[in-house]
Amino acid sequence: MKKQALADRREFLKTVAGGVAAASVVGFPHVSRAQTKLVLGLWDHWVPGENAVLKEIIEAWGKANKVEITIDFITSIGEKLQATAAAESRAGTGHDIMAFVTWDGTKYKDKLEPMNDVADALIKKYGPYNENATYLNFQDGKWVTLPSPIGSHTYPLETRMDLWKKHAGIDVQDIFPADVKKRDKRKVDAWDWKMFLAGAKKVHAAGFPAGMSIAENTDSNDWLGPLFASYGSTFVTPKGDITIESNATLEALEYLKELTKYLPPDIYAWDDGSNNRWLISGKGSAVINPPSAWTVAKRDQPAVAAQVWHHDAPRGAKGRWRGSLPFTWGVWKFAKNKSAAKDLLLHLGQKEQQWKLITASQGYDMPQQNSFLDHPIWQEIEPPKGGQYNYPIRGDEKLIVCGYPAKQDLAAQIYTRYPIPHMVSRVTQKGENPKEAMKWAAKEIATYMRG
Amino acid sequence: MTALRQEPLAEEWARQRARRRSSVLARLRSKPVAAFLMCLPLLVLIVGLIIYPFFYSIYLAMLNKRETQVVWLDNFRFLFTMDTFWLVVRTSFLFTFTAVFFKALLGFILALVINTLPTRGQRVWRGVSLVPWVMPLALSTLGWWWIFEPTHSALNWILVELGFAPKSWLADPFWARFSIILVNVWYGTPFFMIMYLAGLKSIPLELFDSASIDGAGPFQQLRFITLPMLKNIIAITMLFSTIVTFANFDIVRVLTRGGPRNETHLFGTFSFRLGIESGDVPLGAAVALVMFPILAVSAFFILRGVRRSVV
Repeated sequence: MKKQALADRREFLKTVAGGVAAASVVGFPHVSRAQTKLVLGLWDHWVPGENAVLKEIIEAWGKANKVEITIDFITSIGEKLQATAAAESRAGTGHDIMAFVTWDGTKYKDKLEPMNDVADALIKKYGPYNENATYLNFQDGKWVTLPSPIGSHTYPLETRMDLWKKHAGIDVQDIFPADVKKRDKRKVDAWDWKMFLAGAKKVHAAGFPAGMSIAENTDSNDWLGPLFASYGSTFVTPKGDITIESNATLEALEYLKELTKYLPPDIYAWDDGSNNRWLISGKGSAVINPPSAWTVAKRDQPAVAAQVWHHDAPRGAKGRWRGSLPFTWGVWKFAKNKSAAKDLLLHLGQKEQQWKLITASQGYDMPQQNSFLDHPIWQEIEPPKGGQYNYPIRGDEKLIVCGYPAKQDLAAQIYTRYPIPHMVSRVTQKGENPKEAMKWAAKEIATYMRG
Repeated sequence: MTALRQEPLAEEWARQRARRRSSVLARLRSKPVAAFLMCLPLLVLIVGLIIYPFFYSIYLAMLNKRETQVVWLDNFRFLFTMDTFWLVVRTSFLFTFTAVFFKALLGFILALVINTLPTRGQRVWRGVSLVPWVMPLALSTLGWWWIFEPTHSALNWILVELGFAPKSWLADPFWARFSIILVNVWYGTPFFMIMYLAGLKSIPLELFDSASIDGAGPFQQLRFITLPMLKNIIAITMLFSTIVTFANFDIVRVLTRGGPRNETHLFGTFSFRLGIESGDVPLGAAVALVMFPILAVSAFFILRGVRRSVV
């Protein structure tokens, strides 16, 4: 078993280096046979069965390489995963490999082992990571964390196609069919925020409003960030200039002022599970969310789930953007077995493992390398048939994490302290002048810049 | 010769050992030492979980964001320039003083009512009234969250059934603040009630009888006997409750997470937002420590008042 595993790895490294000996892969680690323990702090996946598959993969690898594995699946509910990372970063002890949510790796990047060797090896074999993952993980010339497929997700629109067709006259299945080649460019181009607003008014009038959160949660960032980007509004430039006070932001705020008239009044108190509840209540006709809302509906309200179509975001003057919430993996500098940790992450990054994990997550986990997007699950999963085909990006959308394109340390603050939902709700709920709200946001963001 | 000298020495050592043993046992038997030993586990816990973290948080609050250099009081100076911080200060004071006032008032009324009940009935009502206080707060707040929940609020359902308009309990800043204060009052009132009830039981009945004979009505008895006799208990209970209420975390965390627009953040939850969620541990520690001088000063004055009244 051990010999077989070693042979596999050598084979892999040979492929990567194009026939050059394994040792020529610059700085790539090797499992030290003297160190035999590896402790992992992984995200406790909400999809039933995913943890078991991941555990099986990791334990099989451990057995083959004579590495004793301990896995702690840590929930992100109540920020327990974040609190664990914070405690370990301070204590200088804990897990060897740690799963991070979106920006958490950035917070502790000084305490993490660079992942260049693993990332470079995977890029050579499978092609580059998407731009969004690269922005998030590759900082100051090094991969501070490794993009993880497990838990990573995007934020498409989830529309009740029956309600929108009946009450708004918009057939989203027709605009975004389950085959990108069958898309009609004119129809796709026509799908913009203006058309969405017109539809939202009609479904609201019919008693089935769309629902999007504007509160202290990631869901709010993950639809507002893309909306502002589609209007050309950037909050802070990569050089650190605060540019949120702009005509583009003003235009987006004016739009939101109008749109929120047709959303439920309680969106200012929503949490990350509210849109799930809104959809399965039967009252909601559209949410912006990963397929978890559909999954809950499939369990609790199958009739609702059968009418949910995942598809692209509306377009703005500056393009079509979709939100994302990627996960990353990090290896602590204090880890006792860095070499084995990196070897394991390299193993998990292989297509065979990624394939199994995407299947186990029922398509929820979104790989960060485009070459893995041909997994058949998004075409197969139903009902309705093809309903999740557009969950991976198929058209002209660009993935974004709210805070882009600011330097990552600052973007992390913009994401985690929610100035964008606050700015919006100052206008749409409090009734503040949009210019005043922008001024407040600029002042607030300036306070995040301290060293 | 050597053997002759060894024998007395050995006896002497044995005597010394016996003396030492009996002296250790005697010391162990002495009340102060035994008391210290029995308190030792508690002292270890206090040092490990309160004193050490307290000094460590002072150290953290004096570091820069990356925790690479000591910046002394810069984090506090920086905090005082933040609008959001002052919003948190205002909310914390509003939350604490409103909640403590209503807890004290309702606790007092409840204690007076229960005190008038026959002994048997008293036991039942005392037990029932304590239920909110003995339940784990995070769990009971989750129950309240279902009552206020935005999409399926049970309270709104009742309001609509009764013909009233539903309220945005957690989405509107006013009602969100109202909700967190209400839950805190619901949770904390039994503590005041039980303290006041204990105080009421310790007032000699002869005082009321004499006052009655002298023609004092219920209000005069309350004003001139009950309240003065309960003064110290009221002061200490309010001090204790003020400290606990200021440091509240669970209610806001479960109900509103500080929203909408940071309007319901308290020191504890804002500290968590900055330190854990945003990764700025030094600034988070600074927010948590801002509470300390406020509470220390109020504790000093209240306890001084209690000491004076006892003397």
